[in-house]
Order: sequence, then structure tokens, then C-alpha cells
Amino acid sequence: MKTETAKKTQNMVEKTERITGSEAVIRCLIEEGVDILYGYPGGAIMPVYDELYKFQDQITHVLTRHEQGATHAAQGYARISGKVGVAMATSGPGATNLITGIADAQIDSTPMVCITGQVFSSLLGSDAFQETDIVGISTPVTKWNCQVTNAADIPEALAKAFYIAKSGRPGPVLVDITKDAQQGELDFKYEKCKGVRSYKPVPDTDLEAVAKAAELINNAKKPLIVWGQGVILGQAEAELKAVIEKGGIPAAWTILGASALPTSHPLNVGMVGMHGNYAPNKLTNECDVLIAIGMRFDDRVTGKLSTYAKQAKVIHFEIDPAEIDKNVKTDVAVLGDSKSSLAALLPLLNENSHSAWHDEFKKLYQIEFEKVIKNDIHPVKEGLTMGEVLRQINTYTKGNAAIVSDVGQHQMIACRYSEFNITKSNITSGGLGTMGFALPAAIGAKMAAPEREVVAIIGDGGYQMTIQELGTIFQNKIPVKIVVLNNEFLGMVRQWQQLFFDKRYASTEMTNPDFVAIAKGYYIDAKRVVKREELASAVEEMIASKGPYFLEVCVEKEDNVFPMIPAGASVSDIRLS
Amino acid sequence: MNEEIKTYTISVYTENNIGLLNRISAIFQRRHINIESLTTSQSEIENVNRFVIVVNTAENQASKLVKQIEKQVEALRAYYHTDEETIFTESCMFKIKSDLLFEEPQIQNIIKESNARIVTVNKKFFVLEKSGRRHEIELLRRELSAFGIMQFVRSGRIAVTKDEMKITEMLEAFNNNTI
Repeated sequence: MKTETAKKTQNMVEKTERITGSEAVIRCLIEEGVDILYGYPGGAIMPVYDELYKFQDQITHVLTRHEQGATHAAQGYARISGKVGVAMATSGPGATNLITGIADAQIDSTPMVCITGQVFSSLLGSDAFQETDIVGISTPVTKWNCQVTNAADIPEALAKAFYIAKSGRPGPVLVDITKDAQQGELDFKYEKCKGVRSYKPVPDTDLEAVAKAAELINNAKKPLIVWGQGVILGQAEAELKAVIEKGGIPAAWTILGASALPTSHPLNVGMVGMHGNYAPNKLTNECDVLIAIGMRFDDRVTGKLSTYAKQAKVIHFEIDPAEIDKNVKTDVAVLGDSKSSLAALLPLLNENSHSAWHDEFKKLYQIEFEKVIKNDIHPVKEGLTMGEVLRQINTYTKGNAAIVSDVGQHQMIACRYSEFNITKSNITSGGLGTMGFALPAAIGAKMAAPEREVVAIIGDGGYQMTIQELGTIFQNKIPVKIVVLNNEFLGMVRQWQQLFFDKRYASTEMTNPDFVAIAKGYYIDAKRVVKREELASAVEEMIASKGPYFLEVCVEKEDNVFPMIPAGASVSDIRLS
Repeated sequence: MNEEIKTYTISVYTENNIGLLNRISAIFQRRHINIESLTTSQSEIENVNRFVIVVNTAENQASKLVKQIEKQVEALRAYYHTDEETIFTESCMFKIKSDLLFEEPQIQNIIKESNARIVTVNKKFFVLEKSGRRHEIELLRRELSAFGIMQFVRSGRIAVTKDEMKITEMLEAFNNNTI
């Protein structure tokens, strides 16, 4: 009896230790399985940093060189691992610098928790030093946010934050903690959040809708699957593959859906959207049943909505009810998470091959290969192309690397030509199109998956938006491979100026610094390639390198990315030149 | 879905949390939709708030707005209804010089005919309160403005719906699942 009572008391003590709010923050992170977080200290978050110092053996804090870098690193970490990324900053400018990354995570459904310090609660609203209304500012770009002014509320707020960020359709959450809440004391006891009564993260899979979908697919002569990141977020890669193979259905992907199915899979017909592949774009307007899985009919995917897949019955597998009928009217909406919905669909599908239909894709691929791909990846002209760099990277990574791309021409080329054997390998800023994303995101990706090869593909414009993160790479010895495809232009904008603004190159030409010297200034091995014959060996050397490596490839200045669906045009008006 | 612009009453059941008003109004702002009126209050359920938001828009837009509102973590449920599907009213107050009450006998007739109620009278002014449909309130305001109104204020629309809203059942189901 006595020992039992003693045990109980001990448990009680363990359950309700008296600690400070700032220690509670760290203990909550550890309880949530956080091993790495990214951030930047400052006045209003110092008590939490003081605790981080004490818990160094359990949790690694990576000092980025800018708070935006912290968010993108947290995103990279989340995108490759499926875990929640964590970023931390002080109040005021520290907090506002997080906004771009938060907005990026919101539109790309990336699970992220941001913790910001805030001025003392007694000073709220007084225009105190480094006070900003970060809860107000971040509201439209967060899945949820809150401000904590009492130490005792910290565990519940953080538990809720992690639960909301990760569950259902993931997204960024911000928790703003006043300095007095960090300094105050509480009886600490951590309980993971198991539910929020006003929030249903995953709608129940409607089996009737699944049956209707199966019937449409079974009767289809020309079915086309377009899948998005919902497959990756729902860990439904195997289910997707099984459905595609059983139904013999050609399947295309959105930019964020890339890598969910290996590039080499015979039913993988490529990327849809503005710079996607010819066949899936063109045949979107010829299929009889369009099966959208975990994608949101972004305007860069659909082109002109009034001419998008009008001939087809549309089936939409989707976790977020707000996406149903948002842009494209669906005939059958299957709410639910992609894994269970596709698993329910599989036994109802008839085996099929649709070989004649598949031949149409092959025919159009041949046209695209002759007119675009061949010249991109096996160029005969003098200047280097972005496409041949990607081909070399594929050769030396054998399609096993995670490719982290920035935004612009190089991004489209990277997504078009990267070979992916492994899921969660295409890490890019899709919805927001955030230049400067790749370098810090590659840091997070490499730290979350140190066994993976992580190659950042960046343009000379975007590189200079977050170039300071070379300092983070150097200090923490993060062996990322950085490839800058330098055309001395903001290439995508220049392409539009060429095609739609009579070559008036307003503010798109860049006079660049010596990127190799800059990398070397950070003690990162670096090389510049200007000739084709140097390329293969340089890529080989980069991939073989054990540490971080910077490779600048000077590519043709005025190359364009094709195919292209001009903005506002129909997917069937996709241009090859 | 119908593209015709109509008046829709959006009813939202929410948790009572700081910042939620901002989060909900941002959904309208982002889509460049003007909120005609917005009222928040306690609902029939303990600790659950109710927003009544009036917008003039097309049905497909109203349906998208409701989905975006429901997507917010702290919104329990949202609905949209046409005027025919709701019972609604607004309320208003007038502050008017007391002299007029005696000098202008017509004012007394207006008050009687409009079913307005005198809330208070003192030597300087009296306060009139009326609730009803917008056109009734507008008529009263026009009639009284001929005599001079010291202050006028009108509330947003409040509305109850003809059909049932199963919030209580939803909350019970949540509690049963988690306990």
C-alpha cells in the first residue's frame, strides 16, 4: 500500500511540475517529437532561447540568417519528412519576417508551427518597442493562430497548434507568447490534443460517392487521373499506384504532386499546367472522365476555366470540402482522405488497359520530344541549357535525390526533367511562387533526411533573395548541393516580356556578383561551369562531395520554357514554341 | 448554380475566441465582398456565439463563402439563407428634440402608426426605438427627418431560420466520440 501511495505521489509530482512558461515551451516541443527547429533570437523570445540552451542535448536549434529562412527551412523539413516543421522568432520585425514562409506554407498545405515572442501583456497595444500585431497580421495566412498571455495556457495552446498544423489538410499555425507568459510559472502537465470540437480534420469517406466514382471510371473510354499533393500528404502513394495500374489509367501530376509515382512508371504521363507536358494538357480536353485526386484546380493547372475539361465528367477526391466546386464543377465529389478513399475505390474498379487511349499520350509525347525535350536535354546549340544540367543531375543521382527548386524557369525545367524514384522528393514553392525558397528549404530537407541526396536548383535571381543562408549551411556543415542556373536574367519574367511585351526587358537583366567567390567566402567548395564539356564532371564532383557544394552553371541567356499555356488561354491551346 | 445577385443571410456558429471576427471578416475582404451588416451575439447554446452576416451576392459565391468560413478551425457550422428562408429584423433608435413632440402633433401620429416605442423622454430630448424590416425603418427615418433628428442609429440584421440547425447534436456527437 505504502509503495503504491508513494508511486502515486511521485506520478503526481511528475505530472505537475512547477516550471516557467519558457521551459514549458521547450518541454512541449520535445513532447511533440520536435528534434530540430529553426529560428532567430531577439528580446521578446529570449527566455525561450535561454531554455533551449539548457535542452541542447534533446533539441537542436538552427540559427538561420533571416527569419524568412527559418520558415522555409521548417517547410523543407516538413515536406521531406511529413513531420511538423518548427520556426521561432522574436516579436516585431522577427515575427513579420516569418510571413512570407507562413503564406507559402498555407497555400502549399505544409504543416508548420511558428512560435513568436511578444512584448509583455501589460504593453500590448501601447506601440511598445518591437510590438506588432502578429496575430492580426498572420490571420489570413494561417490555418489557426493564437496569443498566449498566461504561462498556464502554454501547453494547451502548443498541443492544439501541433494537432491543427498536422491533421486534416495541413497548414501553418502561429502561437504568439508574451514575455510575461514566458517568465511566469505553471504546473506543467502535457496532454496531446486529440480533437477540437469545432474542427473536423478528415471528412468521413462517403462510400456511396466512391461507388458512383467507380461506376464512372469503369464506363470511361478515356479516363485521365490528375493527382496533386493530397496523395503525398495522405500517404496514399501505394493506393494511387494500385488504382492506376488496375484501371490502366493514364495519370498526370500537378507540380506539388510530383514524385508520388516514379517518373519512369509507364502510366505516368507527366505534368499538367502552364509549363507541363503536351499530352496531359491537351488530352485534358479530350478525356471523358477526369479524376482529380488531392489537387485544387489551381489556375496555373486549368488555364481558362470556361474551356477546361468541359467534355468530361469530373470526379474530385478531396479532403477539404471548401475545394469542392471552388473552381471546377464536379459530377462526383469524394470527400475524405486520399488513402482511405482510394483504398475504397480499388476493389470496385474493373481491370482495364485503355491501350488505344494511352497511345494518344505516346503520340503527343513524341511530338513534344521532337520539338522541345530533345533540344532541352540534348542541345546541339553552343549555349548550355537548363535541361541538360537536369539530365546530368539525374545521371549522377540516379533519380534518388530530393530536388529543391526555387521559382521561375529553372523550377519548371527542374520539375519537367527531374527523375523521381522516391516520394516527397520534389520540394518547391508551388502556390505562392516564393523566390528565395530553395536555399533555406534545402537546409531543412537535408537535416530532416540526412541519408538523402538533396540538390537545390536555383536561379540567379531567387538565389540572391536568401543567399545569406549560405552562412547557416557553413556554420552547421549541412551537405546540401547547390546548383545555380545563371542566365543573368529574371528568366521567367524575361520570357513573358519577350512573348507578350515586345521584348521590353524592364528590370529583368541582372549584373551578378562572383557567385563562386561568395560561396568560397563561406568556405563552401565551389565551381563554375561555362562549357558543355565541363558539365558532366562538375556534376559528378558535386554529387561525390561529402560536404556542401556550390555549382554555378552559366546557361543560355535568352532560353524559353516550353510547352506553355499562355495566361488565360485554354489547356488545349498549349504552345510548343 | 444561380448567378443572380440576392440578399443572403449567413449564420455562423462559432467558439467565443479573440480574433475570430477578424478571421471571418477577412474571408469577405479577400474576395472583395462588402458586408452589408454583421451582428454577433450569444447563441441558443452555452458558450457558442452566433454571427449573422448579410451580403448581396450570387448563390455560388454565398456557398463558397460558407465553405471557407466552415473551414476555419473555430467555426462550428455556417449556413446561408435567402430572405424567404429566414425570419429577420433590424432595430433602430432616434434621438429627437422634446419640443417637437408638443409643437408638431404629426410626430405623435407617426410614432403611433409606425409602432415605434418611446424609450425615454426628458426636457431636452426623447428617444424612439423601433424594430422591423429595413423599409419600415427607412420610412420612419424619412418621415422624422423632416422635423430634424439629433441622432439616428440602426443595428445589423438579426435572423432566425425556418429550418433547423443541428449544432447541439453536432456538439453532442463530438463529446460522445472523445469521451
